[in-house]
Amino acid sequence: MKVKVLFFARLREELGTSSEVIELPDSAGTVSGLRAHLMRRGEAWQRLLADGKSLKVAVNQDLAGAAVPLKAGDEVAFFPPVTGG
Amino acid sequence: MTVSVPPHDFDLASEVKGISRDGTTGAVATFVGLVREVPMTLEHYPGMTENAIRKIVDEACGRWQVKDCTVIHRYGELRPGDQIVLVAIASSHRGDAFAACQFIMDYLKTQAPFWKKEHHPDGARWVDARESDDRAAQRWRPASKGA
Repeated sequence: MKVKVLFFARLREELGTSSEVIELPDSAGTVSGLRAHLMRRGEAWQRLLADGKSLKVAVNQDLAGAAVPLKAGDEVAFFPPVTGG
Repeated sequence: MTVSVPPHDFDLASEVKGISRDGTTGAVATFVGLVREVPMTLEHYPGMTENAIRKIVDEACGRWQVKDCTVIHRYGELRPGDQIVLVAIASSHRGDAFAACQFIMDYLKTQAPFWKKEHHPDGARWVDARESDDRAAQRWRPASKGA
């Protein structure tokens, strides 16, 4: 299935991409599955998408946990903790 | 209720004038956040930003009596002294207006997808999220109901 993946702030800069559509195996159909899929791309991806307090995920513009299932056409955003206001 | 995320500046006086009020409105509380010391670029997540702010406003309206509310949060290039954010709350009484205003600001800081990049003389760097902001938001959580 295809999902749209977005990156913001430090992740966008260091990964060198703000948005892409990726083909995800159906077996990887959760937030953590997508994350693991992307982390196979190399060192920077592993470091920046490492689980922990410095990574937030939104699915279809709502904050989401690792177990949230994905379906074709979903928009999944990865970003650091927010610093507005 | 008005939520907007523009790149351009806002005028506090006209926003306060524009907030709807009737004969029972007794208070308008406002908060304006300014850029301090360092020029910055504010990035955001178009779409999610507006939705996240609306959710925060809805929650404030459920907790306090809010007759009207305006939230404006800018993005883009900002310089020291520039206005970043406005929260204006109209209510019957000052207690609800102050509380809703503070709640919205505390939640904005931890829930709305904005990221600040500061431009220092020795280079640009992303601002790290602060634990004190998390604590400020956490104090509004309902008290746990005993285990």
